[in-house]
Amino acid sequence: MVADSPATTKNKKKNPLSDGQGSLAALLISPTMVVILFVVGIPILMSIRESVFRKNEGVDPNTGMVAQGETFVGLQNFTDIFNNPTVVPGNWGQIDRLLNAFLNTTWFTVVCVVLETVLGVAMALIMAKAFKGQGLVRAAILVPWAIPTIVSAKMWGLIFDADGVMNKIIGQQILWLADGPQSQWAIIIADVWKTAPFIGLLTLAGLQTIPAEVYEAAKVDGASAWQQFTRITLPMVKPALVVAVLFRTLDTMRMFDLPAGMIGFGKYYVETVSTLAYVENNNLRYGPAAAYSIILFLYIVFVAFLFVKLLGADVVGDEELKAIQAQRKRQKAAAKAAGSKPQLAKTTVTSGSAAS
Amino acid sequence: MTAAQAHVTKAELAELNKPKRDGKYWAGTIAGLAGIAFIIIYCVLPFYWMIVSSLRLPSDGRSTDYLPNPASVENYIAVFAPINGFGRSLVNSLIVSTTTTVLTLLFGILAAYALARLRFAAKGIVLSIIIACSMFPGITLIIPLFKLFSGNYPGFEWINWMNTYQALIIPTLSFGLPLCVWNLTAFFRQLPVELEQAAMVDGCTPGQAFAKVILPLAAPGVFTTAIITFIAVWNDYMIALQFGTTPEMYTSIVALSKFTGAYGYDTPWGTIMAAGVIITVPLLVAVLIFQRRIVAGLTAGGVK
Repeated sequence: MVADSPATTKNKKKNPLSDGQGSLAALLISPTMVVILFVVGIPILMSIRESVFRKNEGVDPNTGMVAQGETFVGLQNFTDIFNNPTVVPGNWGQIDRLLNAFLNTTWFTVVCVVLETVLGVAMALIMAKAFKGQGLVRAAILVPWAIPTIVSAKMWGLIFDADGVMNKIIGQQILWLADGPQSQWAIIIADVWKTAPFIGLLTLAGLQTIPAEVYEAAKVDGASAWQQFTRITLPMVKPALVVAVLFRTLDTMRMFDLPAGMIGFGKYYVETVSTLAYVENNNLRYGPAAAYSIILFLYIVFVAFLFVKLLGADVVGDEELKAIQAQRKRQKAAAKAAGSKPQLAKTTVTSGSAAS
Repeated sequence: MTAAQAHVTKAELAELNKPKRDGKYWAGTIAGLAGIAFIIIYCVLPFYWMIVSSLRLPSDGRSTDYLPNPASVENYIAVFAPINGFGRSLVNSLIVSTTTTVLTLLFGILAAYALARLRFAAKGIVLSIIIACSMFPGITLIIPLFKLFSGNYPGFEWINWMNTYQALIIPTLSFGLPLCVWNLTAFFRQLPVELEQAAMVDGCTPGQAFAKVILPLAAPGVFTTAIITFIAVWNDYMIALQFGTTPEMYTSIVALSKFTGAYGYDTPWGTIMAAGVIITVPLLVAVLIFQRRIVAGLTAGGVK
């Protein structure tokens, strides 16, 4: 088909099923976007502004009074990690407190997400094979999900108590809740317990979309169980799994409730960037706190970007958007072949100026 | 057609169609059952420990007996001792969670319908903003809002909202609303588009098609989304901890995390566990009653 020139499209008859939807959409979406602007957009800007200021401390040399107000410090809140480190002892040696929290966050994220994924996929495979007890398993699997994280933190706190049942079972005297490497494992175990079933649930939904014929064909071709798993199950469940793992990763990166509720604030072995920023904020050090939270924000954006680019996580999952992207690709290729500037599609609206 | 095939009798066919129950079959069945048992024990055992610990005598707080000996409901009485203010905190939780859920549904239903059905240019951007909001670290919002709500922001000193319900509810919208929109969008997408097309062919405007055809059909999805949003808000800790700093404004989650208990100076484990059971059981009951819908909602939404 040849693209219509703008002059002729105006006279085209309107399509009652697809035209005029833009204004309705704007009407329906604007309340939500206004709320998001006020509760997310503006606070981000305020946070960025905070991060380049610092509250005045000490005594003002001119007036002899306690200093008031704040000073613009540029990127000093960010660069202090190199220039003016607050050295604390932690799992990673004597390093800056922010760097320590950053490493803790990364460590928790990697270990928790890997364990949760392996365990979750195993659970999904078991559930998919089960003929009996599926309802019971689904009920059981929702238990950790429904328990509030703080309740689970306290629950595991009692289990990991020095005189608690965990030490009784393993027959050792480990101070799980003291500020040390073992407290990291207490947190990892509690986090994996709560979220592995959730990954299992999402993976199971992906598994159930694989048609049985694919496995039958593989059996006929003589594929072993392991080959079926790596060549059929994993690739076909990958889209669902990648999105689940992405959300778990980002959720673990902002971990706050478990370290705060189970071990406490200001414990260097389990301090995450979230809890560190919270502590700094409550010491009224708004500037550094905002800077830390922005570092966490950028880190999360970076990881989400990696997931989408490298693993092809389809987080949006909208068919129309996929169609538009495919159409743009075709238009670009066509324009390249013709040597002209591409006119890119904005919607899949089938009347008006939409060229195809 | 070969001669061999023609000679297969009915009895032989039945024999062939019968599932093979050899050693491999039984091994698989037993392994499957063991796996199921493992999952159930894994999920339920820590919760069992919480219930058992809550049913001990308060003085047996750290006991490691596998059954409460003797069983007692004293911890449950202690939870509601006036010093804890737990009843008040439950009311606070209810107010915050219900208000947020209702607000998010009001906004979310409209936005989700537009995102699922209507064709418009900025859809990709809107969807990306909403998904980005649900990935957002809450701490980044809390820091400037804390300064703002505590009346420390130059020019906005009149916003002195610490320990008010609006200070607990407004920041909660930042994760409640994206979660709600996302889940509802997934639900609306599942409804066949032909329904509205038929309505529009019969002369409805898109708005009427939505109100008269889609909304009644989407009621189960809306209900499930309400439960998922309610639970997410009910479970929130960071916002409630930051903006409700007096015992009168604690939500139940914060109250639980700050329990000093009615008995002695030792950590009142029994009372904390009893409070945990009280907070969790209504959620669990709701989740188990509506488990099919909730699982469908979680897997469709893919968030949280």
